[in-house]
Amino acid sequence: MAAAAFIPCGQFKTTYAKDTTIFPTPVSRAFAVLALVLLCLVPLVASRYQLNLAIQIGYYGIAALGLNILVGSTGQISLGHAAFFGFGAFTSAYLNNAYGIPVFFAIPLAGLITTAVGLVFGIPAGRIKGLYLAIATFASQFILEDFFARADWFTGGSAGSIASPFGLFGYEFSSDQSYFYVVLAYLVVMFLLGANLLRSRDGRAFVALRDHYLSAEVMGINLTKYRILSFGISSFYAGIGGALFGHYLGYVSAEAFTILLSIQFLGMIIIGGLGSVMGTLMGTAFMVLLPEVMEAGVQNLGGILPGMSDALAFIKQAAIGLAIVLFLIFEPDGLAHRWRMIKAYWKLYPFSY
Amino acid sequence: MAESASILEARDISLQFGGVRALSEVSFQVKNGELFSIIGPNGAGKTSMLNCISGRYRPTAGQVFFKGRDITPLTPNQRAARGLGRTFQNLALFSHMSVLDNIMVGRHHLLRNNFLSGAIYWFGGAQREELEHRRAVEDIIDFLEISHIRKATAGTLPYGLRKRVELARAVAIKPDLILLDEPMAGMNLEEKEDMARYIVDLNEEWGMTVIMIEHDMGVVMDISHRIMVLDFGRKIADGLPGEIMSNEHVKKAYLGEEDDVVGEVA
Ligand SMILES: Nc1ncnc2c1ncn2[C@@H]1O[C@H](COP(=O)(O)OP(=O)(O)OP(=O)(O)O)[C@@H](O)[C@H]1O
Ligand SMILES: [Mg+2]
Repeated sequence: MAAAAFIPCGQFKTTYAKDTTIFPTPVSRAFAVLALVLLCLVPLVASRYQLNLAIQIGYYGIAALGLNILVGSTGQISLGHAAFFGFGAFTSAYLNNAYGIPVFFAIPLAGLITTAVGLVFGIPAGRIKGLYLAIATFASQFILEDFFARADWFTGGSAGSIASPFGLFGYEFSSDQSYFYVVLAYLVVMFLLGANLLRSRDGRAFVALRDHYLSAEVMGINLTKYRILSFGISSFYAGIGGALFGHYLGYVSAEAFTILLSIQFLGMIIIGGLGSVMGTLMGTAFMVLLPEVMEAGVQNLGGILPGMSDALAFIKQAAIGLAIVLFLIFEPDGLAHRWRMIKAYWKLYPFSY
Repeated sequence: MAESASILEARDISLQFGGVRALSEVSFQVKNGELFSIIGPNGAGKTSMLNCISGRYRPTAGQVFFKGRDITPLTPNQRAARGLGRTFQNLALFSHMSVLDNIMVGRHHLLRNNFLSGAIYWFGGAQREELEHRRAVEDIIDFLEISHIRKATAGTLPYGLRKRVELARAVAIKPDLILLDEPMAGMNLEEKEDMARYIVDLNEEWGMTVIMIEHDMGVVMDISHRIMVLDFGRKIADGLPGEIMSNEHVKKAYLGEEDDVVGEVA
């Protein structure tokens, strides 16, 4: 795995370096490496159904991390994230179909082009905040949806467009087993980039901007620049996630990128924990798995309560909404916070009382 | 003080909020290396004056010169990059960040890494640069005696410590001129003494010019080189501490009812 090379190499020995690592203790670093190794083994043992869920967690998780940098870390809001996700999917497919650019290059290029679009739609964020910004991003969702519907040359119109499988050196990653590794590599790289961003200069500027924008400005931070930049970065993640989505399904169509998905992205980061990199992944997993768990539950109950399965679609939707509300009320810091509490408990074990 | 060139000059600053005239044609100069205090009754316009200097407010009329250049049209972040730091009367920390990160934000304009080189942390030199600045920040932390709370979340700290972290954050800017808005407000005697010592050290050892707003006359008279008095947005006096104490206008406008406090200190 190329991505494994990104795991921090411990040649830096000063104490401050140890103090600023992504994984604060040797144990947590060992756990991360172990988790990665285990993840690499997943395709060997998982069923097709399980692999499909894992791949979904991967590409949605990448996009959700972008939204978390924008909403959780920078304190802005976006109701249009799904549209950027869709834009990435269409762009990557288009670059490959129209110009013959290999999918391997089309995905990062789609990320960059989506960044540019995100920067443009982010311009209002330089001036407006809160509810007004929410409305502006809501508008960008609909402007892009409208664009998808009209720009037949780009999206294939109502028929949608074909997205070829990911390939490398003549090998096609068309099976779930092989595509899992593509998504995993992207996931690891994108999460390391995100974690690094948040512990260096510009990431701190985002958080400062969120916590107290007036004093951030007095500390030398250009508010307009960082507000817009945050939109650009979040769109980059959305674009990459969307492109991976497209080349997985093999087919991109605009119905997948409605406001509902935008809300689901928000749900992922609220449930996972606003501003938390690892929480993003937990929240995404929660949101992807919850409907599946509901479905399994309903099927089991189907024998006892006939008619339940007719209401399945409704139950899935309602469960997502309910989960978001319950988290907002009972666990506003998300799963990441709960996880930290559990870790703190084990650190002190057996003296934790 | 060897140098006597002025680092800051306010020229005929007026500031109007609707019908309220917060400042009326206030002019003053602060010399390089000075510890300069602004005093005056509540609502006199002291904070407004600092806001005009730091760029939070744009004066309705008048100009601000910093290191010989007109900075009136500059935004606060541009002024920070030119070496202007400040603290706030009401705490303004980044409350969900650690103390360390709060102070590191002060290094923003000195750091060169950005979202690209920062994201590839280990490869583009960002790590080396971050660690260098971390060392400078640790010096500030040691100086202000907050090493025991460096990992704490800023918002959870008691008031006195938060004030100190805010000072540390402003010092991290490496400012040539630092503006302190009531750095000792709400502190007990011991905390005030510490804070006064830090301010004097910043001025003498770290070579920073200081403009301080403070209500505690004892401290002001004790550590200031020069003092300006504002009342109803007008400058009514400036001079050496001794001159201010014996100034008739000042006594009438401000110190009159607090004569005993001044007497106690002097
Ligand atoms: N943003 C604002 N909008 C309207 N009026 C303001 C604003 N800021 C300050 N003022 C007014 O300007 C005048 C001066 O206020 P300022 O805060 O500068 O006083 P101060 O000398 O710092 O007082 P204190 O000692 O209480 O801090 C006051 O009358 C205040 O009400
Ligand atoms: Mg004030």
